[in-house]
Amino acid sequence: MNISSRLLQLVMVVLMVGGASFLMMQSLPGDASWRIAAGRYGYDALDAAAAASVRAEMGMEASGGLSFLYWLGDILRLELGTSLITGEPVWNEIRHQLGNSLSLAGAALGLSFLIGPPLGLLAGLRAGGLLDRSLLAICSLLRAIPQFLLALVLILLIAVEMGLLPAAGHGEAKHFILPALTLALGLAAVSARLARDAMAAVTQTAFHDFARWKGLSNAQTFWRHGLRHVALPLVTYLGLQFVTLVEGVVVIESIFGWPGIGHALVHAIFSRDVPMVQGTALVLGIGFVVINLLVDLLGRQLDPRGVK
Amino acid sequence: MNVLERVSVRHAPQAISRPRWPLRRVIGASLVGSLVSLALLGLWILPGDPLEQHLYLALQGMHATYADGNLASAPLGYDHLGRSLYHRLVAALGLSLSIAAGAVICATLAGISLGVLAAGRGGWVERLLTLVADSLLALPGLLLVLMVSVILPSTPVALWLGLSLVLWVEFFRLSRATGRSALASPGIEASRLLGFGVLYRFRHHLWPTMAPVMLTAMAFGMANALMAIAALGFVHVGIPEPTPELGTMMVELLPYWREAPLALLTPVLVTFLLLLGLLLMSGGDAKASTAGNIAGARA
Repeated sequence: MNISSRLLQLVMVVLMVGGASFLMMQSLPGDASWRIAAGRYGYDALDAAAAASVRAEMGMEASGGLSFLYWLGDILRLELGTSLITGEPVWNEIRHQLGNSLSLAGAALGLSFLIGPPLGLLAGLRAGGLLDRSLLAICSLLRAIPQFLLALVLILLIAVEMGLLPAAGHGEAKHFILPALTLALGLAAVSARLARDAMAAVTQTAFHDFARWKGLSNAQTFWRHGLRHVALPLVTYLGLQFVTLVEGVVVIESIFGWPGIGHALVHAIFSRDVPMVQGTALVLGIGFVVINLLVDLLGRQLDPRGVK
Repeated sequence: MNVLERVSVRHAPQAISRPRWPLRRVIGASLVGSLVSLALLGLWILPGDPLEQHLYLALQGMHATYADGNLASAPLGYDHLGRSLYHRLVAALGLSLSIAAGAVICATLAGISLGVLAAGRGGWVERLLTLVADSLLALPGLLLVLMVSVILPSTPVALWLGLSLVLWVEFFRLSRATGRSALASPGIEASRLLGFGVLYRFRHHLWPTMAPVMLTAMAFGMANALMAIAALGFVHVGIPEPTPELGTMMVELLPYWREAPLALLTPVLVTFLLLLGLLLMSGGDAKASTAGNIAGARA
């Protein structure tokens, strides 16, 4: 994909998220102002006056096609509004949470790259061997365990039974380990298989045979001829992994009580805090497009043959 | 053998050297088959109500007895509110499977027809559809499902619609990629010149080349849908209680895992076996799907 089509994609993402958020606002089950007032003041302090003040403040009387255009105009001016619950600007909230999520996602991605590809490469070098077959079995099992279940198992085993690590929390290095490991195992199960297949394919090529035949050692062949070919599918896959990672982050953050963007999203959905939902969705969607653009560029660097 | 037949033989899908049903697939299909039949026949084999409470029997195992000493009739014991785990499990399986199957069927139909349309028409139709699909791909699937579930109040319908909206993209990309090469084949052209209709050409030329990839993607999509339903239930934004659902069952029983580990293990094991079966059917690993994705992304 070239840069202009990525830009178009960006515009579409903004339109879609904006449209969905607008529909959300319009079709909140029940009276949205009651829900928002409940989120703001608590269910005990909720009465008709509180709901009415929310309704007046947000101009919920106006509706229809014109208000959708206003809505889109706000988004295009990057005016994301204020959270209906806390009253803080959405940007401030997201900036705070995004840092937490990015550090968790980065740790998970790094960990998965330490676990997955090295194992996959070793297995691919001897396709059909013992390591290859056991890796296939382990990967298949891991992929059949949803991430929340993996989190559950890790919490029960490591945190509750052994008492080695805290089950939830945020702030110290030890809080990173369990959520990052949960995410990383899921990612590594796929990247290991991908690396294995790519490596096995490379070892069967003529240039690989030739490199061995002209007397290069195993290590030289791998570093000079194998690695770049294996890297390409792995890098391409990185962009797709981002989606898996984001979905994982939404669930994993909720389970481990991690104050990130996924946790905020689930809470925003709960309390129908539409500006927050819209803000988080926009950040995630734009992040995906940007990361894929970077992946495209990196892929072109790795394999310039495809460029026309 | 006339010319046409020879052409179509030459362009028939390449014969696969592996057996059509390797052991892996047989195991996967039998796992899925037995769980589906449990969902379908479970209530018929042992009638009961998944919502009926017997608080006296809460968290008791399969040998639970009533106060008067009579043996209760729940093969898997009772949950923390004294509801029969067997009946809750059967109901949860039925619900999850029907939502997932409905979503996958809708996504397949929409994805294939739009994919073939894009491959056949080309031009701005293809560009527009690809743009929409790519942009949907940029949004995490769970997020889309969550958004739809806010817009539509009825949760199973919202889950079905949200999941269909996420899943069709994969089928669209696959069928556009395979459709493009298949549509350019001489076999199709010959068919068209002989005056065969669109449906005939799809059934005899396109579908045979697409079928293996599509069936794999369907099993894979089904697994993803089930995983999403359970994950949403687990973080309390899926199907609301007290409707039995695998994810909510797990999170409900989690606090009692020391007293009744088997009760927690039941929904966990069923979810795991179902997903394992589907993934084994789809080819066991991510190869097919990611390869398809990458082929689509680079196309």
